[in-house]
Amino acid sequence: MKGVVTSISGATVSVDIRGLQLYDRVYIGHARLSGEVVHLEKTSTTVQVFEDTHGLSIGEPAEGTRAPLTVSLGPGLLGGIFDGLQRPLPALQQATGAFLQTTREILPIDLQRQWDFTPSKQPGETVAAGEVFGSVAEGHLQHPLFASHAGELETITPGTFSLHEPLAVLKGGQKLFGWQSWPVRRPRVSGGKRPAETPLITGQRCIDFLFPMLKGGVAIIPGGFGTGKTVLEQSIAKFADTDVVVYVGCGERGNEMAGLLREFGELLDSAGRPLLERTIVVANTSNMPVAARESSIFTAVTMAEYYRDMGYDVLFLADSLSRWAEALREISASLEEIPGEEGYPTYLSSRLAAFIERAGVVETALGKPGSLSMILAVSPPGADFSEPVTQACLRAAGAFYLLDTALAHSRHFPAIHWTQSYSLFAAQGSTYFCREVDERWPELQRRCRDILQQEDALREVVEVVGMEGLQDQDRLLMSAAERVRRDFLCQNSFTEDAFSAPAQTAQRISEIIENYAQALKRLQQGELLADILKGGDDASG
Amino acid sequence: MRLAEHCYRSVCAIRGPLVFVERVFAARIGESVTLLAPNGQALDGEVLKIDTEQVLIQVFGETHGLDLEKTSVTFHDSVKRAPLSRHCLGRTFNGSFAPIDGAPMYIPERWQAVSGVPINPVAREYPREMIETGISAIDGLNSLIKGQKLPIFSCAGLPAQQLVAQILSQARLAGEGEFVVVFVALGLSYHEYHFFQQTLEQMPSRFVAFFNLAGEPVVERLLAPRLGLTVAEDLAFHHQMDVLVIVSDMTNYCDALREISTSREELPGRRGYPGYMYSDLASLYERAGRLLDRPGSVTMLPVLTMPEDDIAHPIPDLTGYITEGQIVLSREMQQKGIFPPIDVLPCLSRLMQHGIGEGQTRADHRQIANRLYQSYAKGRELRKLAAVVGKEGLLEEDQTMLAMADDFERRFVHQGEQRRDILQTLDLGLELLEEYKVELS
Repeated sequence: MKGVVTSISGATVSVDIRGLQLYDRVYIGHARLSGEVVHLEKTSTTVQVFEDTHGLSIGEPAEGTRAPLTVSLGPGLLGGIFDGLQRPLPALQQATGAFLQTTREILPIDLQRQWDFTPSKQPGETVAAGEVFGSVAEGHLQHPLFASHAGELETITPGTFSLHEPLAVLKGGQKLFGWQSWPVRRPRVSGGKRPAETPLITGQRCIDFLFPMLKGGVAIIPGGFGTGKTVLEQSIAKFADTDVVVYVGCGERGNEMAGLLREFGELLDSAGRPLLERTIVVANTSNMPVAARESSIFTAVTMAEYYRDMGYDVLFLADSLSRWAEALREISASLEEIPGEEGYPTYLSSRLAAFIERAGVVETALGKPGSLSMILAVSPPGADFSEPVTQACLRAAGAFYLLDTALAHSRHFPAIHWTQSYSLFAAQGSTYFCREVDERWPELQRRCRDILQQEDALREVVEVVGMEGLQDQDRLLMSAAERVRRDFLCQNSFTEDAFSAPAQTAQRISEIIENYAQALKRLQQGELLADILKGGDDASG
Repeated sequence: MRLAEHCYRSVCAIRGPLVFVERVFAARIGESVTLLAPNGQALDGEVLKIDTEQVLIQVFGETHGLDLEKTSVTFHDSVKRAPLSRHCLGRTFNGSFAPIDGAPMYIPERWQAVSGVPINPVAREYPREMIETGISAIDGLNSLIKGQKLPIFSCAGLPAQQLVAQILSQARLAGEGEFVVVFVALGLSYHEYHFFQQTLEQMPSRFVAFFNLAGEPVVERLLAPRLGLTVAEDLAFHHQMDVLVIVSDMTNYCDALREISTSREELPGRRGYPGYMYSDLASLYERAGRLLDRPGSVTMLPVLTMPEDDIAHPIPDLTGYITEGQIVLSREMQQKGIFPPIDVLPCLSRLMQHGIGEGQTRADHRQIANRLYQSYAKGRELRKLAAVVGKEGLLEEDQTMLAMADDFERRFVHQGEQRRDILQTLDLGLELLEEYKVELS
């Protein structure tokens, strides 16, 4: 379907093509800039263009494709680095150099690469659509391949294939390929959801111990600038016990992405493999086009769902969701829609909720469950958590890790506020850790919270009367609380301490709590506080 | 497709810096235009929006004297581009790239679109070499790294310009390389202009300057930083220099953005600033960086004034979300007579981790910075407490910390016009720590 451009305002372009559907992909101008339909009217169609429109003129050709924005799914995605439209950035660099230029399309997966194919079906057997008909080895992961059509298999042979060749042929001539396309805005169907039960071990003591996260759960990390959202997200991406990590840099810093790519290429996971091998990175930095930023989280989550459907535990990290919401706002404003709160479109919360619902534990075609967990950073303007994006996330997420500016200023990292954060998964977490790691887990947790809460109350007293005005018992508690904060909750992401296994976590907190209990006993037996505190310091080194 | 210039006399409306032209054949978005006023004055402009009936043009310059009947508009069939050459070094221009230093314009080697092209994230080199500013509170605690964007958050009436001038004249590369400064002044008063002029005169041929004064056209404020950055990118990635871009004052830039947005009748966002201000600021700040396997770097030091001293105001807030840290000036420090009046606590340099330490500055740099920061943070907290309960209510060790915080401000942060190299800064920090018996590890 062809037509011409009739008006242009920034990245919002009107064309005179009729008969398109909402979210159909459209190519604009001689440069074939790609865009998607966002408004349909009888006389004109409005297209949001994913690229810089500088130099575009009215009267230039436009072509509608009658198909929505899709991503390619197949072996070879792991280790990949893509932009918000799933264009491979390394290939783009080779094609156009260090600066991003609009260019012809480059396929996200390398169709020339050779894979060893192992069929799981014989000729003559039938396959259903979505059923597994064989697999390839992608790095250390077994990558099952799903049939795109149902039918009886005519030929299927093991061997080395590249992805542009068919791997099997059905009776009637229908070919089965090792890769497929999927529209990014439609959740991938699965065999039904299940409740989440197993904790996602992040290696962050504060999260694992106080506010556990589940595989298949959703957590949000709101924090003002400089509170360590990115460092925390990247730290979790490095160490979390999951099979696949999908990391979206949505409207964030280019240097940060460069740092992440370099570090993930060098660091090894617990099995000694480069971290990048289990990671897919989607990078749409803040100066890359806004519409592609909006689509980037959908591109990424579709790839995450694809690996989830193979029965893997997938962790999806977005930094930051606020940039996505702002992109939505910019697009909404350029379409002159009626704004809601703070200028965000009124459909912000429903879109966000629908997106977050794509997380969860599901039954897969392989008979084992797969999970998709989400950890989403939110950047509230002025660190004001009452703003619409944080609030909309709060209603949909199960865990809430509030990063506090005051804690960050005192260099307490991760700056997770221990009284204002929460996790709705606490009960499942406790049950699991109590069973698998340490039976004292719930008891330690209760006493740890107790110390922190008492300290909170005492702090108010100290502000009035000073430390000297406190009773010895309370001063002892203050010093124990300080140890909990300094030696337990604080964790340096740039040292060995960046990952703490649950057993180590339990060990560390129980030492602190036991020390405190003994000190308290000595105090009650009449020893001087100064001696006890001095001794305690010696013991802690 | 047309390959020639077109001239029209069909202006149908003029609204502030915006001009609407009717019946234009195949105009392009971002196309550069020249407007010829009835009195013979020529103005540059850029196409912002095109629909079937009319084209919207943003004019760089004063629209006084334009009319509907006699004004002619020439469309150049190319986007706004900057003339580039090594010969721009040592020169001073206005916000439209016209020389204001009395010398004639040089002959450009190349022309480059001013809007810039994003760097492919995989082509970026992670920044890890320090630039020595000569200021202890920056070098020691919040180091500036080559390829970083580190803004200075100031308040009205604080000597941000003096600090900038000091950095301008004192900054050095830690390693080797050709180091130049691109200075972009936005909405400056004559007084400030004169002050910078004098600073620049003392550093011949190590700078390129763009001056847009407070009385000059608002739209040029949007153009000047893009000109400066285009020149910086050329010097960095084409001529292999290390370029420090100083933009002062970004608050004037944002206000100009708001002014233009309002005259385009766009929906206002927070405090009247347009909803796309984050993306717009990012399109400037993100041009800082380094490239893999290529020498040269663009480092940015934007200066902004926080309206009402409020760090949560949209301008510092959005800036902080894009940049890699911030240097914050405080009125309280200024009142204590400390120069530069940097409040160390809310300051941050995100790239510092990898740019300091053994092989770069000194092995103990990180520990010194951490200990100084922690001790000072503790001291500041105790200061609040002491204000309520009095010094006597504090423990003896807390009183020591209190004294250390005062000493830290007086001796480490305060340095006047003196330049301290990084080793002097670290020694000074070490001396303070030893004096107050704070252990290093």
